[in-house]
Amino acid sequence: MSMLEIEGLNVWFGRDRDRVDAVKQASFNVGAGESFGLVGESGSGKSTILRAITGLAPTWSGRIAVGGMAIGRSRPKQFYKKVQMVFQDPYASLHPRHSVDAVLGETLHLHGFNDIDARVVKLLDDVGLGQKFRFRYPHQLSGGQRQRVAIARALAPEPELLLLDEPTSALDVSVQAEILNLLADLRQEHGLTYLMVSHDLSVVGHMCDRLAVMKDGEIVEIMDVAALRAMQATHPYSQHLLQASV
Amino acid sequence: MAEQTLRAWLLTDTPTSRRHAKLSALYQGWLAFRANTMAMIGLGILLALVLIAAAAPLLAPHDPYVQDLGNRLAPLGSEGHILGTDSLGRDILSRLIYGARITLYIVALVAMIAPIVGLLVGTVSGYVGGWVDIVLMRITDIFLAFPRLVLALAFVAALGAGIENAVIAISLTAWPPYARIARAETLTIRSSDYISAIKLQGAGGLRIITKHIWPLCVSSLIVRVTLDMAGIILAAAGLGFLGLGAQPPSPEWGAMISEGRRFILDHWWVATMPGLAIFTVSLAFNLLGDGLRDVLDPKAGE
Amino acid sequence: MMDTLLDVENLWVRFPTRQGVFDAVRGVSFTLGRERLGIVGESGSGKSMTGRAILRLIRSPGIVEADHIKLDGVDLLQKSEKEMREVRGERISMVMQDPKFSLNPVMTIGDQIIEAYRLHNKASKSEAWGKALEMLEAVSIRNPERVMRAYPHEMSGGMGQRIMIAMMLIPNPEILIADEPTSALDVSVQRQVLDIMDKLVKERGMGLIFISHDLNLVADFCDRVLIMYAGRIVEVCDADKLHDAQHPYTRGLLNSLPRLDAPRARLDVLSRDPEWSEAPSVSGRI
Repeated sequence: MSMLEIEGLNVWFGRDRDRVDAVKQASFNVGAGESFGLVGESGSGKSTILRAITGLAPTWSGRIAVGGMAIGRSRPKQFYKKVQMVFQDPYASLHPRHSVDAVLGETLHLHGFNDIDARVVKLLDDVGLGQKFRFRYPHQLSGGQRQRVAIARALAPEPELLLLDEPTSALDVSVQAEILNLLADLRQEHGLTYLMVSHDLSVVGHMCDRLAVMKDGEIVEIMDVAALRAMQATHPYSQHLLQASV
Repeated sequence: MAEQTLRAWLLTDTPTSRRHAKLSALYQGWLAFRANTMAMIGLGILLALVLIAAAAPLLAPHDPYVQDLGNRLAPLGSEGHILGTDSLGRDILSRLIYGARITLYIVALVAMIAPIVGLLVGTVSGYVGGWVDIVLMRITDIFLAFPRLVLALAFVAALGAGIENAVIAISLTAWPPYARIARAETLTIRSSDYISAIKLQGAGGLRIITKHIWPLCVSSLIVRVTLDMAGIILAAAGLGFLGLGAQPPSPEWGAMISEGRRFILDHWWVATMPGLAIFTVSLAFNLLGDGLRDVLDPKAGE
Repeated sequence: MMDTLLDVENLWVRFPTRQGVFDAVRGVSFTLGRERLGIVGESGSGKSMTGRAILRLIRSPGIVEADHIKLDGVDLLQKSEKEMREVRGERISMVMQDPKFSLNPVMTIGDQIIEAYRLHNKASKSEAWGKALEMLEAVSIRNPERVMRAYPHEMSGGMGQRIMIAMMLIPNPEILIADEPTSALDVSVQRQVLDIMDKLVKERGMGLIFISHDLNLVADFCDRVLIMYAGRIVEVCDADKLHDAQHPYTRGLLNSLPRLDAPRARLDVLSRDPEWSEAPSVSGRI
C-alpha cells in the first residue's frame, strides 16, 4: 500500500513573465512504513515538494494522494493529523516567546486531545528531553534540543507520514548523529513513514530505503540505497553528485 | 539566605511550572532593565508622578481653584507659595500637582486607544494581504498625509473643545505609525517557519494573529508608544495652549502655559514651571522607552 | 625547515557577560608556514574566533590577549588600529562564509574589484580593469566581461565566493584566512572553489588557514589540522592521518558521521568527557 502518491506534480511561483517553475512533472510513490529520500542541490525543488504536500506552496497541479486519498486545494483538519513536517532550521521553527510546554500544549489542543498534560510529558520523554525541559523557552535550548522539540511537535498529532526538510543540516555532526538515531528509533516505535529531503547523500544513504535525485525541478532518477552504496547511479547527474560527495 | 534562594529560584534554567517560567522570564527582563541607569531614572520619575497624582489632595498645599486676587503673580519662594502664584492668585505648585492627574489621564487614554487600533489594523493588513491590505494601508496613508496637529485641530473643532475630545483627536492622529510598524513586523513574522509549523497543526488566521503574531509585535509597539508619549503630552499641551484641550479653570499644564504667556517677560515663572513639568515627564518617558527597547526588542535579544 | 609566517602564542579571547567572563578561546598556540592549516571543531569551539582574533576583528566588549601574534616576527598586538588596517587585506586576507554579505549590493562587481585594486596599487582605471579581468580568469570565471558588469545579486553562491577569493587575492597577501568558505555552497561547486583556492595558494606560496566544521573536507584539502574543543586545541595531526586520530573527541566526531561505504544501523553518539575541556591546550607549533 502506498502512503504517499505523487503524480505529475508541478509547482510554480509568480505568474506570467515572473513565473518560476520550481517542480516539473515529478512522480513517485512512498510505501507505508518506507523511508524515502529526496536529494538535490539548492534550488532543485526538493523542499518545494514538501511544501506543496503540506499546502504551504499553494500553486500546484497534478495529483497528490496521502493514504489513498487525493488532496484538494484546501486540506481538512484530518489531513494534518496524518501528515506532519519537521523544518530545517530549529532556530527559526520555534516561536521565540513560547515555552516548550506552550508549543506542545497548543498543538495538542488544536488536534482536540484532552489529556494534554500527560501527553506533553510523554512526548518529551519520547524525544529524549525529559521533564526538566518542559517550561524552558527556545533561547534556553541548544540547536539539537530545539530540533527535538520540533520533532515532538510533529509527533503530537500521532501522524503516519513525517516530512523531514533537511532536519540536521543546521546541526553539528555529533548532534546530527543523535537526531538521526532518534528519528530511526521513532520510525520503528511508531511505524512512521518518512519523506526526507537532504543535500547530503550519506545522510540519505543512512536513513532511507529509496531515494529520488532531483535537478532543476525534475526527478532525474529514482534508485534504492543499495544501488547508491554500490555507486550504481545511471543518470550522469546522479553519478556526478555521488562522486562529489564521497 | 532566603533572598539568595529566591534569586536562585528565579534565575533557574529549569523552571518547574508555567508560573515559575513566567516569573523567571520577567525577573531576567527586570535585571536587564535595572542595569540601565537612565531607564531607572525615567521609571522613578514616572512612578513619582503616579504617586503625586494619586495623593494630590494630601500633597497640594492649597486648593488649585481658589483665587486670591490680592496675591496674584507672587514670585518663586514667596511665603506659602513655593512656586509662586498665577494671574488669578492660584498656587502654581498645587495646580501642577493636580495637573499631573490630567496628564496621566490623557496619557493612559491615548496609550489604550492608538496602539491597539494600530496593532489591529497593521496585523490584519499584513497577515491577510491582498485587497484588505491595500484598503487598510491606503486609509493609513490618508491619515498620515495630514500634519498631525492640524488634523487634531480639525477633529477638536468638529467635536468641540474638551479634554476627552482632545484625547480622541490625538489618538486618531497617532495610530497610523503603529499600524505601519505592526504591518512590517507581521510581514516578516508571517513567512517564518514557526508560523508555517502552527499552520500545519490546522490553526486558523484568528489564532495565528492573536496568539503568535501579537506577542511579537506588542513589545516593539510598547517601546514605540513610550517613546511617542513625549510627543503625545506635547500635543495635548499644545491643544491646551491653543484653548482647544482642557478648559479653564482646569489646571492642565498646556493651558497653564497659555495663561502665563501674557506675563512671560515680567513674571517668567508662571509659564516656566508647567513647562518644566512637561519637559521632565516627556524626558522620563523617553528614558524609559530607551531602556524598554533594550529589554523587549527581540532582535537585540539573540 | 619551513619558514614560519605566523606565530601565535597563548591566544585568549574573552567576553565579559552578566554571568562572569566567558572564554571563547583559551590559550591556543600554533604556527603557520607556507602550508594549508585546517582548524576544525563544532560550533562554539572557538575556531572562528581564533581566525578573527588574528586580525584583531573581535568586536567589543570581547578582549583578545596573547603572549604574541607574530607576523614575520612583528607582533600584531603591539600595532595601532591604523597600522592594523594596513595588515588586514594587504598582508592577511579573510574570506567569509557567505559572499552575499561581503559584497556591496549596489555596485557592479567590476567596480568593486577595481576599487579594491586601486586601493592597494597605483594604477589607472584601464590598467585596473585589465587586472580585474585577469583576476576573474584566475578563479576560473568563464566570461569575465559579463561578470564585471553584473551586480552581486545576479551571481550564484559559488560564483560569488570565487569573486570574493579573487578580491582577497588582489593585494597579494601572505596569508589567507578562509572561514567556512564553502559551507554555503553545493557539493559539486564546493570542489571547484577549493581547487581554485588550492591552486592560487600553491602558486603564490601563501599560507592558508582553513576553518571548517567538515572533517572529511579538511582531511582532504589541508596539510595539517588543529582540532579544537571548548576553546582549546585537543589534537594536532597531519591531515592525511586524520582518520587515524587518537583523541577520543576526534574519534567520536569521525564515528558520528554516516558513511555510504560502511552502513550501520545506528550512528555512534559522542559522549563528552569533561576532562577534554580541562586538559591544557595542545600546541600546534612546529
